[in-house]
Amino acid sequence: MELKQLCEIHAPSGDEGQLRKLLLEEGKRLCGAENARIDRSGNVVCTRKGTQPGKPHVCVSAHMDEVGFIIEAATEDGLLRFHPIGGIDPRVVVSKRVLVGHDLLPGVIGAMAIHLQSAADRNRVLGFDGLYIDIGAKDKAEALAKCPVGTYAYFDTPYQPFGDGFVCAKALDDRVGCYTILELMRETYPCDVTFVFAVQEEVGCRGSHGAAYGVQPDIVLNLEGTAANDLGCVDDQFKVCRPTQGVAVSFMDGSSIGQRKLFKEILDLAEHEHIPHQIKRGVTGSNDASAYQRAAAGCLTCVLSVPCRYIHSGASVAYLEDIQSQYELVHAFLMHA
Amino acid sequence: MLRDTLKTLLAAYGPSGNEHTVAETVKGLIASHVDSMRVDAMGNLIVEKLGTDENGKRIMFSAHMDHIGFVVTDIDENGFLRVHNVGGVNPVISNARHVVFENGVEGVIYCQPLKGENPAMKYLFIDIGAEDRADAERSVQVGDMAVYAPDFFELGENRVASPAMDDRCACALLCEMLMYLDETPNTVVAVFSTQEEVGCRGAMTAAYSVRPDMGVALDVTAWGDTPEVKLPAVKLGKGPAVKFIDSSMIATPAVRDLMLRAAEEAGVAAQREVLPFGGTDGSSIQRSRAGVPTGTLSIPCRYVHSPAEVIDMRDMEGALKLLLKLVEIA
Repeated sequence: MELKQLCEIHAPSGDEGQLRKLLLEEGKRLCGAENARIDRSGNVVCTRKGTQPGKPHVCVSAHMDEVGFIIEAATEDGLLRFHPIGGIDPRVVVSKRVLVGHDLLPGVIGAMAIHLQSAADRNRVLGFDGLYIDIGAKDKAEALAKCPVGTYAYFDTPYQPFGDGFVCAKALDDRVGCYTILELMRETYPCDVTFVFAVQEEVGCRGSHGAAYGVQPDIVLNLEGTAANDLGCVDDQFKVCRPTQGVAVSFMDGSSIGQRKLFKEILDLAEHEHIPHQIKRGVTGSNDASAYQRAAAGCLTCVLSVPCRYIHSGASVAYLEDIQSQYELVHAFLMHA
Repeated sequence: MLRDTLKTLLAAYGPSGNEHTVAETVKGLIASHVDSMRVDAMGNLIVEKLGTDENGKRIMFSAHMDHIGFVVTDIDENGFLRVHNVGGVNPVISNARHVVFENGVEGVIYCQPLKGENPAMKYLFIDIGAEDRADAERSVQVGDMAVYAPDFFELGENRVASPAMDDRCACALLCEMLMYLDETPNTVVAVFSTQEEVGCRGAMTAAYSVRPDMGVALDVTAWGDTPEVKLPAVKLGKGPAVKFIDSSMIATPAVRDLMLRAAEEAGVAAQREVLPFGGTDGSSIQRSRAGVPTGTLSIPCRYVHSPAEVIDMRDMEGALKLLLKLVEIA
């Protein structure tokens, strides 16, 4: 499946159905129908038997969900009140086009035009309680008939290659990881591999708990699209990771500390195989590695990320070669594990 | 001797996620006293001393090996290291301290006084005496961790101070308990756990694989006996504290009361601890699998999470007696 198709499908946490269906089909096609299933949490779990006995069981996981919105009410005027799904900065959503519900009704996140604002208004950051989605409904009844409470809304952003080797799209966090897994699923490795497309990462790593307990692997490589912070105004020491510099290898983040031995092995492997890589230098944020590492009797984890600018917005940016580096490093690891 | 065991353990390097040196030190101390030792995926050292009765209780004790530290997030062109805290580190307390890395590289952690702003983690840096980035990278890599340098000293006859007293004092107790334990019907599983300071993470996987009938976490607790500090109502030198509640757990009443009874039967004064904050491995053990009756025994400790955490050895001696009795009567 192409990255374009992966990014343009709408699948905020809890509303992953469409993408899940496609990933399951791909899993069945690549791993065999009997080796691809949906678990009770809604994750897609695919297994590929290794060619050699005595190897560790490795799980490669990426989350399929993205951030989005959910409708929580309508005003008398027919405007939709909404709540974010996952961590979204309210400052980045004003005046953005959105699509509402599975029928993809066009909408826009409205705010008062600058002409009507006072000086104080202009200095105030609008929170989600001061924003609404306008779908052109005349009144409350029409709005709720078209978009009942509980309907999801999505960023309406096309996938767009730009610059020299970059891409701008929504949901690069973590469709890049899903894309890498689909590429990895074409191969057979010496070790047993379980591929997981997890749900509900953006609302607190909820899907991966079930997957982790169900799979209980020896090692987990968690693939992410992570926050790059290489903008001009940022001091060097806070630049976390940078697009174009290769796959980012984490030693620690807000929710897990990678086992030192695995971290070093992966860095050595990247050096040895000449795979572009960088050490991720920020330690904030969390991801599914936390659930895997501490499920049941525990396992070794490492997070391998594609640096993405502006994640959790309607337009994030990644460098395509970095996705290739993510693939190459995981591929090399699975060959050598 | 308890004091010697404690000193040995305090000298070991071991921030959260990098506890293997502590584990090796513990192994060296107790190998001849136990039936089995293993290290799990999270780095927990899990030690068993089998009971005489196969129907006896399986009691898990947990003392965490890790302590707070600093992880290097960036090395600048002049060779200064930027850091992030590992666990609950106070940047004000950390200013101008002596720190050390696993490979023995030493440094000063410092925060340039800023106009109108308090020291914050993002302004702290470590100076290891490097000429430039390349020079620094010869000894330290991004991802390496530093800790307050070992500095053990005695305060009067009964008290001792050191970094990492939280929770090496409990590791020392657990080692001594294994050394002095008589044969009992009950099996003791001593877990020297990892990553407590970042959220009681090691104890989760350990408790899962140990499957205990009862859990006991050993940790330090805060103090209420210095100027301006009145709570918790726990004093140094008045005995180990039996925890009733903290932010992470309400001690299982049966276990809590068993501890109080063990204190009484051992002739040990024990304090009752109600802590409005904090947490211990007990929380992870208590909620493992289908649930485990769990309590926490605390050593009162002043200036927790500073480079000079102070405990009273009389509380340690009392705790040891209490624990030995607890295994006997459980």
